[in-house]
Amino acid sequence: MKPAVLTGAHFMTGDVACAEGALAAGCRFFGGYPITPATEIAEHISGRLPQVGGTFIQMEDEIAAMASIVGASCAGVKSMTATSGPGLSLMLENIGLAVCTETPCVVVNVQRAGPSTGLPTLGAQGDMMQARWGSHGHYEIIALAPASPQEIFYQTIEAFNLSETYRVPVLIMTDEMIGHLSERVVIPEAKAIHTVSRPKARGRKDRFKPFAPGPNGVAPMAIAGEGYHIHVTGLTHDERGYPDMTVEGQEVMMSRIVGKIRNNLKDIIRTDSYLLDDAEIVIVSYGVSSRTSLAAVDEARAQGIKAGLFRLITVWPFPEEEIRKLAARVKGFVTVELNLGQIHLEVERSAGGLAPCVLVGHAGGTIITPDRVLKTLKEAF
Amino acid sequence: MTPTNKSINHPLDDLLRTDRIPHIWCPGCGIGTAFAACLTAMKASGIDLEKTVMVSGIGCSGRGAGYVMLDSYHTTHGRAIPFATGLKLANPELNVVVFSGDGDLFAIGGNHFIHGARRNVDITVVCVNNLNYGMTGGQVAATTPLGAKTTTTPVGNPDGPFNLPLMAYAAGASYVSRWTILHTRDMTESIKDALLNRGFAFVEVLSPCPVNFGRRNKEKALDSLRLYQEKTIIKNDAHPSELDIDFERGVTLGKFVDIERPTCIDRYDATCRPPEMLEEEKAA
Ligand SMILES: Cc1ncc(C[n+]2csc(CCOP(=O)(O)OP(=O)(O)O)c2C)c(N)n1
Ligand code: SF4
Ligand SMILES: [Mg+2]
Repeated sequence: MKPAVLTGAHFMTGDVACAEGALAAGCRFFGGYPITPATEIAEHISGRLPQVGGTFIQMEDEIAAMASIVGASCAGVKSMTATSGPGLSLMLENIGLAVCTETPCVVVNVQRAGPSTGLPTLGAQGDMMQARWGSHGHYEIIALAPASPQEIFYQTIEAFNLSETYRVPVLIMTDEMIGHLSERVVIPEAKAIHTVSRPKARGRKDRFKPFAPGPNGVAPMAIAGEGYHIHVTGLTHDERGYPDMTVEGQEVMMSRIVGKIRNNLKDIIRTDSYLLDDAEIVIVSYGVSSRTSLAAVDEARAQGIKAGLFRLITVWPFPEEEIRKLAARVKGFVTVELNLGQIHLEVERSAGGLAPCVLVGHAGGTIITPDRVLKTLKEAF
Repeated sequence: MTPTNKSINHPLDDLLRTDRIPHIWCPGCGIGTAFAACLTAMKASGIDLEKTVMVSGIGCSGRGAGYVMLDSYHTTHGRAIPFATGLKLANPELNVVVFSGDGDLFAIGGNHFIHGARRNVDITVVCVNNLNYGMTGGQVAATTPLGAKTTTTPVGNPDGPFNLPLMAYAAGASYVSRWTILHTRDMTESIKDALLNRGFAFVEVLSPCPVNFGRRNKEKALDSLRLYQEKTIIKNDAHPSELDIDFERGVTLGKFVDIERPTCIDRYDATCRPPEMLEEEKAA
């Protein structure tokens, strides 16, 4: 029987590293449904969870998988699911339920090329806007984009920590290339892993208001069976959790669930940079595309072009302030992504006309080569 | 209406969110009777109410979760059962009761119902079957009788309805019964049995929706009750294949399945958990 934290150096795929990251974060419930290229996460964790006191269930579809993890989280257990495009499409309604009821959970999307069944076995980054806006209504959500198996391990822990801190679903928007890539993954000792659990309900049970916010805008969470007799609904609700079908009720609830993210951007957003300090041309990228962008930066520098990389680790909320600051001093931005222009639009919006923005995009199925990035960069600037 | 007068106590007040009364249900609606039976059964069963959770989907019946003074979850349309499955598997100590409508549980949520029954998840499902989609204004449901008028079958339903107990039985439910809201005592007893059954327990409750179904089918609330009285027969252990709902020929009520078989959690523990872990748990 293996421990929950597999301390040591391993050679593993991104998918397996994701499952191990979840276990290290304290995930003890996984509701899944098989889909390439995410299946290996479910396969791996299905064997591991029952050994560490957790539960795995393969549900009848992704709608059920998502509903089951929201339910499990309401019972107080850190929960996760993993899927790819078609499955994410089915999960969206209950992702909205988790947003509205402020139920922590982690959803992994190992992206493949779409639309529809698309290219099931080949990677893409075409669901970035779906992650942001896919469920109906206006909301804020957190999405991360790891660029290696080692990073997926840590970001999965981070995803749980953010999800528990802010009581919001967190998406891990990886891609087939990273999911299926085998690399060295070093897992530290359990005591060196920082894990966070949701703020707990306290105080008099008869007076507890399940949606009354704490200092960072997040309400302590009562879980089923603790005796708080909470009511939780996807209808617009007040601090007691009771339906409030008024315009004012909507405004109060929305400003809180949106505000808890918008007012904590500094704590949430993580980015990475390479040779950015003196860069005149900034490549913005994430996930697998940031790896090929890195090679493009080196090649550009070798040719005397001052290029640098701004890598998104948090994709949502988008680091617009950082982009705006860069826009004031650089010649331009090149966004590299495996779609036909999604994060590119965000970069353009955030640059606010201060610097030109170009896209190196691709509809998916293969990576974007450093040559293409370099060529566009030279042509544009 | 003004909120409940606190000086008048109802025997179920301790289980009701009295600060949410008046409820949304129409005069003549049967949901309240089914709901009250469910609460009475919960009390009578002796289960630990602090560890009891109600889960509903969306619909008039799905508002049940909003009125019970227990941990209660009003989820998405059709998804109460997979949500309840997650709750139960994450904390097996919880008693999980799903209270929802026929459209919710058998049209949009039909697939989840059969899989919940197949796995024998240890939850209790109470379905208020009012033969239509009440909340959205009376559209055809998967339970609407052949020929019945609804807002989306203005000249009559061309399709026939599901036999819900047959489906529950075929999918593997460990407890299956059907009552009407007129049979309050039997219904309450039956929900109590269902709560005490270890496994996937299903109780269908026939209930009038005078406002949306009755009105279009020349059936006033009292007419429905009369049908429940005159056109039903109680036949415990009737074979589930004989349970089609046809008020012309008569509708069979009763308890049709009451067995014990290993639950989803029993099987998972026995199959997937390392034996030493189970022994540790037993010792603890
Ligand atoms: C995904 C989705 N589709 C449609 C609806 C609209 N809707 C709300 S309740 C309902 C039908 C409810 O019927 P039933 O479960 O029989 O409950 P009743 O109101 O009859 O008690 C529908 C279609 C919804 N809320 N969500
Ligand atoms: S519409 Fe029908 S089911 Fe809904 S509350 Fe009114 S009578 Fe009851
Ligand atoms: Mg109905």
